[in-house]
Amino acid sequence: MSAPAVEVRGLTKSYGAITALSGVDLRIEPGQLVGLLGPNGAGKSTLTKLICGLVRPSAGSATVLGHPAGSMASRARIGYLAELFRFPQWLTPDEVLRLHQRLACSGGGAVERGALLERVGLVDLGPRRVGEISKGMAQRLGLAQAMIGSPQLLLLDEPTSALDPIGRRLVRDILVGLRERGASVLLNSHLLSEVEQVCDSVTIIDAGRVVASGSVDGLRGGRVVEIETEAGIERFEATDREAIPARIRELVDAGRSVYGVRESGSSLEDAYLEAVKGAGE
Amino acid sequence: MSAATLSALAAGRAIAGYALRESLRRRILGVVGALTALFLVLFALGAHFAFEDSGRVGSELSTDGSGFADYRGATLLGLAMFATLFLGAVLATFLTLGVVRGDAEVGLLQSLLVRPVSRRTILVARLAAATMIGSAYVAGVFAISIGITALFGGYTPDNPIAVTLLLVLAVIAITAISLLASVFLSGTAQGITVLMIYGSGLTAGLLGQIGDALRAETLVNISRVTSWGLPFEALYQQALYMMSADRSAISKAVLGLGPFGGAVHSGPALYPFVVAYLIAMIAFAAFAFERRDI
Repeated sequence: MSAPAVEVRGLTKSYGAITALSGVDLRIEPGQLVGLLGPNGAGKSTLTKLICGLVRPSAGSATVLGHPAGSMASRARIGYLAELFRFPQWLTPDEVLRLHQRLACSGGGAVERGALLERVGLVDLGPRRVGEISKGMAQRLGLAQAMIGSPQLLLLDEPTSALDPIGRRLVRDILVGLRERGASVLLNSHLLSEVEQVCDSVTIIDAGRVVASGSVDGLRGGRVVEIETEAGIERFEATDREAIPARIRELVDAGRSVYGVRESGSSLEDAYLEAVKGAGE
Repeated sequence: MSAATLSALAAGRAIAGYALRESLRRRILGVVGALTALFLVLFALGAHFAFEDSGRVGSELSTDGSGFADYRGATLLGLAMFATLFLGAVLATFLTLGVVRGDAEVGLLQSLLVRPVSRRTILVARLAAATMIGSAYVAGVFAISIGITALFGGYTPDNPIAVTLLLVLAVIAITAISLLASVFLSGTAQGITVLMIYGSGLTAGLLGQIGDALRAETLVNISRVTSWGLPFEALYQQALYMMSADRSAISKAVLGLGPFGGAVHSGPALYPFVVAYLIAMIAFAAFAFERRDI
C-alpha cells in the first residue's frame, strides 16, 4: 500500500504568543484533490508552508509521500506555488523554468519547458522578461514552475487569485489533468465554487483548527435536485453525484421526457458558513 | 563522489550562476563602476601632480632620493588602498543585500527553498558569487592603483600580491558579515548595519593610532581587539604593513599614520584566525537560515 501523499498529525505552529495552527490533522491520498478552505488568517498558508518545509512545526508531525515534510526526499516530490511570490524581473519565463529544472534535477529540458508554458497559455511571449508581463501571466508562470519535473504532490496557495475567468478555467483543467495522471493536489483557495467543481474533498480550518472535513457532497449534506418532466417538477435529495444521472436514467427508462435539471439544495458555501460560524460561537 | 554531493554541487552552481547574473544586473554595480572610474581618474591626476610637486621639494630637501620616492608612493598607495577597501565594502554590502530575509519578504526565495537544495548550499552559492565579483573588483582596482603610482612616480609596493590578497580577504570578510546580517535583517536595515560595522572597524583603527600617539595602552588594546573582532580592519592594517615591510623608516612611519588605521603587523596568527572567522560566520549564517521560518 502506497504512503499517503500528505499525512499531518497534531500539527501546531506558534509564533510567540500567537498560535497559527493548533493540532491539525490532514490526510491526502495519492491522486486526491483536496481543497483547503478558511477565512483570512485561519492558518491555511501556514499549513501549506509547513507541508513544504518552509516553516518548522512547534509540535506534531507531517509527512509527504512517507518522508518527513521539509526533508530533501519530500521536497524532491513536490511542486509549490506560494500565495505571494515573485520571480526575478530580469529573467525570461523560459529562464525561470530552466533555473527550476536545474534545482529540481529535472531532465525535461526545452521540451518540458515549452510544454509547460503552452499548458498555462504562455506562448509567443518572445524575449519578454518577467518584469514585462502582467500579474496574471506571472501567476500562470508560477503554476508552470510548480509543475516542473511532474511532482507527485502540488501545493497551490491561491493559484487563481490574479487570473481572469479564462485563466481560472485553465487552472481547473490543469487540476483535473493532474488528478488524471495520479498527482495529488492541495488547493488553498477562497473561491468556493472553484473548490466545489474540482476537489474530491475539502478541509475547512478556522483559527488554526480543522472545523470540518470530508467529501464535497458529504459536507453539503446531500443535494436537492429539481428535475423538470412533462409531469411537472420533481424534487429529490441526491446523496452523491452519481445519484443524479441514475435518477435521470430511471425517468428516461420509464418513458418520461426530461426538460431540465437544476440544483436547489445547500451549496458548499452554506456548509462553509455553517462550519466557520459554528466554530466561532 | 556520492550522488547527493553531485546533486548539491549542480544546484550550487545553478544558484551561484543565478546570483552572479543578478549581481551583474544590480544598479549598484553601475554606480560603483562610475565611482571607481572617477576615483581612478582623480587618483591618477593627484599622483601625477603629487609626484611632480614633491619631486621638486624632495630634490631640494632629501639627501636620499629613493627614500623620498618611497615616502610619496607609500602615502598615495596607502590612500588608494583605503579607497579601494571602502568601495569594495560598499560593493560587498550591496551584492548581498536582502539575500535571505529581504528576498523572502518579497516572495523571491520561497520557490527556490522548496526545491531539493539545502539552505546551506544556497547560502554558500550566494556567498561564492558575491565573493567572486567583490574579489575581482578589489584586485582589479588595486592593481590599477599600483600601476598609476608606478607610472607617475616609479613606486611599487613591497609584496604587491600579498597586499592585494589581504585586501581581497578583507572584502570577503565584509561579504560574510553582510550575508549573516541578511539572515536576520531586511534589505535597508542590513545595508545600514553592515556599513556601520565597517565604520566601527575604521574607527577602531583610528583609535589605535590615537592610542599609539598618546601612549595610551588601553586604547591600543581596544583597537587591537576590535580589529580582530572585525578582521577586515586587521587585514587592512596588515596590508599597509606588508606594503612597506622592507622599506625605509620614513615610509613605515607614514603608513603608520594611514587613514583610519595605520600599518600594524599582526603576525602569522592572523591568517588562520581569519579563515576560522569566515567559517564560523558562514556556519552561523547557515544554522540561523536553516532554522528560520520563511
